[in-house]
Amino acid sequence: MLALEIFAPRFAAEAAPTILLALAALTIVFGIGVVVVGRRRSGQVEAIESAPIGVTKVATSVEAVGPTPVSASVNPPANTTTVHDRLAKVRSSFAGALTSALTRSAITQETWDELEEALLRADLGVATTTRVLLPLRELVKAKKIVQPSELRAALQTEMTAQLSNTARELNFDRSLNAPNIWLVVGVNGAGKTTTIGKLAAQQIKLGRTVLMAAGDTFRAAAGDQLETWAQRSGAEIVRGSEGGDPSSVVFDGVARATAKKIDLVLADTAGRLQNNTNLMEELTKVRRVADKGSGKVTEVLLVIDATTGQNGLTQAKQFAQATAVTGVVLTKLDGSARGGIVFAIETELQIPVKLVGLGETIDDLVEFDAADFVAALFD
Amino acid sequence: MFETLSDRLGGVLKGLRNRGRLTESDVIEVLAEVRTALLEADVNVGVVRDVIERIRINAIGATASTALNPGQQVIKIVNDELVAMLGGETLKITYATHPPTVVLMAGLQGAGKTTNAAKLASWFKSQGRQPMLVGADLQRPAAVEQLRVLGAQINVPVFSEPGDPVATAKLGLAEARRLGKDVLIVDTAGRLAIDAEMMQQVKEISEAVQPKFTFLVIDAMTGQDAVTVAKSFDETLSIDGVILSKLDGDARGGAALSVKQVLGKPIAFASTGEKLDAFEQFHPDRMASRILGMGDMLTLIEQAEKVFEKEKAEATAAKMLEGEFTLEDFLEQLQQLKKMGSLQGVMGMMPGIPKEMKNAEIPDDQVKRTEAIIYSMTTQERARPELIDGSRRIRISKGSGTTVADVNRLVKQFTEMKKMMKQMGGKGMLGGKRGKGAKSAGMPDDLAAALGSRLGPR
Repeated sequence: MLALEIFAPRFAAEAAPTILLALAALTIVFGIGVVVVGRRRSGQVEAIESAPIGVTKVATSVEAVGPTPVSASVNPPANTTTVHDRLAKVRSSFAGALTSALTRSAITQETWDELEEALLRADLGVATTTRVLLPLRELVKAKKIVQPSELRAALQTEMTAQLSNTARELNFDRSLNAPNIWLVVGVNGAGKTTTIGKLAAQQIKLGRTVLMAAGDTFRAAAGDQLETWAQRSGAEIVRGSEGGDPSSVVFDGVARATAKKIDLVLADTAGRLQNNTNLMEELTKVRRVADKGSGKVTEVLLVIDATTGQNGLTQAKQFAQATAVTGVVLTKLDGSARGGIVFAIETELQIPVKLVGLGETIDDLVEFDAADFVAALFD
Repeated sequence: MFETLSDRLGGVLKGLRNRGRLTESDVIEVLAEVRTALLEADVNVGVVRDVIERIRINAIGATASTALNPGQQVIKIVNDELVAMLGGETLKITYATHPPTVVLMAGLQGAGKTTNAAKLASWFKSQGRQPMLVGADLQRPAAVEQLRVLGAQINVPVFSEPGDPVATAKLGLAEARRLGKDVLIVDTAGRLAIDAEMMQQVKEISEAVQPKFTFLVIDAMTGQDAVTVAKSFDETLSIDGVILSKLDGDARGGAALSVKQVLGKPIAFASTGEKLDAFEQFHPDRMASRILGMGDMLTLIEQAEKVFEKEKAEATAAKMLEGEFTLEDFLEQLQQLKKMGSLQGVMGMMPGIPKEMKNAEIPDDQVKRTEAIIYSMTTQERARPELIDGSRRIRISKGSGTTVADVNRLVKQFTEMKKMMKQMGGKGMLGGKRGKGAKSAGMPDDLAAALGSRLGPR
């Protein structure tokens, strides 16, 4: 108020009301085209508090505490239950929801709502759900389906039909006078390395010789993890240096396989998120280099976690663009997730699901069967 | 690829026109698109239902803003609702009275427990703590080795023993005590929520080490199943917080909302990459717009709101010039001005203000007192200050903690100012334009002169 007091001493006592005037003036000025400064959206950074630090300091040298664990190279006991059993074992809420929807006497709007919800709950996605239900709506309109139970059967048929893709076999070119190379790709944590272990065991059972290329040179102890699977399955393994170039590891693997006349190279790669351009380019290079030797890439398997939501479709699109994916391995289907995103992947991208992972042991890998898959959802 | 919500709403919003209040049909139409957006973002079906219902109730009958069209307004309500749902109480990291403070990591296979265990250790270190890691995942090949490598990278010791995870955890705890570590982070094997045996195992680990904090690590790309997983882990272990992993991906992350709703526990951390420093506090507002897929809609709404304030101000100015400005209006203007930071700062930004006013320091407590006085008035008194007689003045002064003289002064000055403004408006000195259209660069000379004479000699 100093300036005012200097210029208008007799109004100093009335300083308060002057403010009102000033504000009134401001109001008028605002009303005549002056840009109003917008409210800043306040950030919502919430601080995590920590209690005061104690004073005593303890030696912080890096200690390898405890004895080094022996790597488990013994095979855990095999799983002998069938696919159907294991899928049915899961009391899916999908099945429960369906049952309630389908035990009524007439098909109402509620029936459709419940059906829609059940499909969405299985991660089918909005677009696929609509697509799947559309022909059924027509049938109901035309009075070709009247009972909710009929609707169930029709839904099952419809869903199976949408998955009818013939090429589900793994591509193994016997005519090659060189190793077949199967590249395994996917996002972090999907189950690539474990799948390779299971796949190796399976292929060896079929009478083929297998070599694993430890193409994940980024993740800590990724090579050790794959090595364990090599021991468990009876496959050979080629490793590179940690932090090294994945393409050269795969190339070296193919070279070794060629030299030793090994039938199949299973190439592991580091997990990567599909929106990471650099890493996707790296993957394109891995594929390209893999083909440079005498071997041939005959299969690129995209590993997708069954718990993945709609992002699974984006994953498939991007990985397909980068490496021409030839098939999907749907893992962790022994959980409560239904893996419904594969509907979109198959129907929109025409990429077939070839294998299904049902657990962490070496035998937990089965061929994908559309009818079984859909049927198990209805149990 | 999925359309953004803005794309989808484009068609819907075109048909809606501004009305006094948001009608039910306005709201329902927009909410249908919002529902689709949330489902495509992987928000659980049940949670979506609850969210939509909440918003529907809040939105219908909400006064329509003149700046935002109904569709945009509903979006704003949705966004605010999501932010509230994702935020709320944050997790307070407190430490055990008898060290070490034990932290247990739990979750499905591949969620990111091991990586985040190391990240958490690094975070505790940055808080001045002495953490230790325990590798109790004896299931996954080389899981312990992975933890050792990470531990070495951040100079944090790692303990593990082959055999039984529960025993390992116990031994780890003993070792931490022996070494005087004040934080112990226990990494466990990934397990299915429906695997009774494995859930029992992690329960036993928890009972053995009595964690102060149990974190559930959830992959940001998880779909509908997030709810089942969260519920099961919570029932078994009582989760204290969630760590959302792989946020550097492009998954919309609706699982975050689902899990938050179901657990009612805070999302403590966000993991945004594979490197150990990609670890930060969770931001609810960023997550909300990511889930909603609002893209440019948010910016549009902000712009619209800015315009709205301007329109409101113009309307208020028009009122003043017609002599219809009330204390209520004045109070509103005061509050608007307050929001923009210090009055001094605001004045400094405006062209054409007489120097005296610019330099005048307007103390904020004056503003507060003025506000208080107006607040103590009834609605009628604010509309017609001439009603304010002696007894009312006493009441108002008591209520606002001011003196009767203060109240008198305010009323007098306000009434005088009103008269003056009306005069100016009537004389057409300000161009007689109402609201939109009148655009002058700054304060007109007549007004400055009139104000100047009130302030004293230049």
